[in-house]
Amino acid sequence: MSGHHAIDLATGSVRELNAALHALGPDTNETLWRVSNPRGLHAVAAGVDAPVTIEIDGPVGYYCGGMNKHASIVINGNAGVGLAQNIMSGFVHVKGDASQSAGATGCGGMIVIDGNASARCGISMKGVDIVVKGSVGHMSAFMGQAGSLVVLGDAGEALGDSLYEARLFVRGTVASLGADCIEKAMRDEHRALLAAKLEAAGLAGSVDIGEFKRYGSARTLYHFHVDNVSSY
Amino acid sequence: MCGIVGLFIKDPRLEPELGSLLSTMLGVMCDRGPDSAGFAIYGEGSAGSVKLTLRGLEGTDFAGLAAGLGLPVTARDTHAVLAVPVGQEAAVRAALAATAPGIVVVGAGERMEIYKEVGLPTEVAKRFGLERMAGTHAIGHTRMATESAVTTDGAHPFSTGADQCLVHNGSLSNHRGLRRRLEREGLAFATDNDSEVAAAYLTSRMRTGDTLGQALEHSLDDLDGFYTFVVGTESGFGVLRDPIACKPAVMAETEAYVAFGSEYRALADLPGIASARVWEPEPAQVYFWNRLQ
Repeated sequence: MSGHHAIDLATGSVRELNAALHALGPDTNETLWRVSNPRGLHAVAAGVDAPVTIEIDGPVGYYCGGMNKHASIVINGNAGVGLAQNIMSGFVHVKGDASQSAGATGCGGMIVIDGNASARCGISMKGVDIVVKGSVGHMSAFMGQAGSLVVLGDAGEALGDSLYEARLFVRGTVASLGADCIEKAMRDEHRALLAAKLEAAGLAGSVDIGEFKRYGSARTLYHFHVDNVSSY
Repeated sequence: MCGIVGLFIKDPRLEPELGSLLSTMLGVMCDRGPDSAGFAIYGEGSAGSVKLTLRGLEGTDFAGLAAGLGLPVTARDTHAVLAVPVGQEAAVRAALAATAPGIVVVGAGERMEIYKEVGLPTEVAKRFGLERMAGTHAIGHTRMATESAVTTDGAHPFSTGADQCLVHNGSLSNHRGLRRRLEREGLAFATDNDSEVAAAYLTSRMRTGDTLGQALEHSLDDLDGFYTFVVGTESGFGVLRDPIACKPAVMAETEAYVAFGSEYRALADLPGIASARVWEPEPAQVYFWNRLQ
């Protein structure tokens, strides 16, 4: 069977949708899924492990696209808490705003948020690339270990608190930097990285890379030192 | 975890549907708080009279009680609303305390009525006939008890002043000290609940002349802990999240209403939601709507 599948969550359940998606193998030819009436339901298209496209027409609740591997998920609306939490690979695109902890602990893949993301965007990120076209809330990229967070708008309080090696690029203002997060020089390698991420997010040529500042770890909190005890 | 909802009607044509809309919102939030539920609704009132919402044990003879006091009453399951002429409220409260010790006054005001019970929120709403109630604004709460017992006393909303009520998702860490301060100011508490302290704090601020908006601003300085509050007064409706904003909140506004839900799901059945402005309230920012503006 090929072509596209239409799933209406007004009549079907999220459990049925996810069971159908989880049954797909790596070489499936059922590659296009359209989901209607999500109405803020939780865990829509969570745990998918197949190279398929899932279009969700409306706002979703918590953990949409969580643990995603290989799938491309497009949400035509807002997303609730924990969007694409622990994403491993693939692509998640929200055409509205995302709530708290978008991309939390994400290990790979890309998340693009057309609107704003709330607090703790990219918290403990481990390799995911996140591009937010609007602004991000407080404590974003907290303890970020790897990957990148690109913000076209502003960042809230305590950006990059206790940061490891995640790379942060912000075009607008930063309300404050968290413990051990500092502004760093933007060298050619960073400009190339930023350009690549913007291109992957479909923004090639439409954003001036020269307007961004780079933030990263000062690396003073990696190992416990009693002088830093108040920062832990 | 708890669920909170609120609905503030801007277009009077929607007022007859307030109860049915809030009932649906409360029902969707069942799985955030299946232990108990409550709601406060601002309906019809008359300037010469105060509504006292009473709570009694199942089977309480509210009609007989009201007849003894010579006052009109509307009974709904375990609750009843007594219409008391202005100036007689203290005497009626004293008479109730003397003759009906099992009766609790859960709220008082010109327009506010409060109903709360233990049980699944959809069942609680049904018992009180919420879906048939009309009004200008209403707030509701579904409780998942974490730190104190599942009792009707522990259910929200809490009311500590005339036409004032509050629902809370979170926990306060400095409520003991604040309670002692407010008790010295003469505020009375019915429970040991931290949320009741938040309600009393706002009552105290508004007694000294604060608007609801100003009282909420001050609570950012004086309340410590996690909170998302939705607050009602006779004419207003306010929302506040603490600066850390751990507790979820989504709002929607159209020409016809302003709505609050712990999650978007609670708003999904509201009329015109697809074209509403939907946003997440910012941390430490006071949101406030007033009917008189």
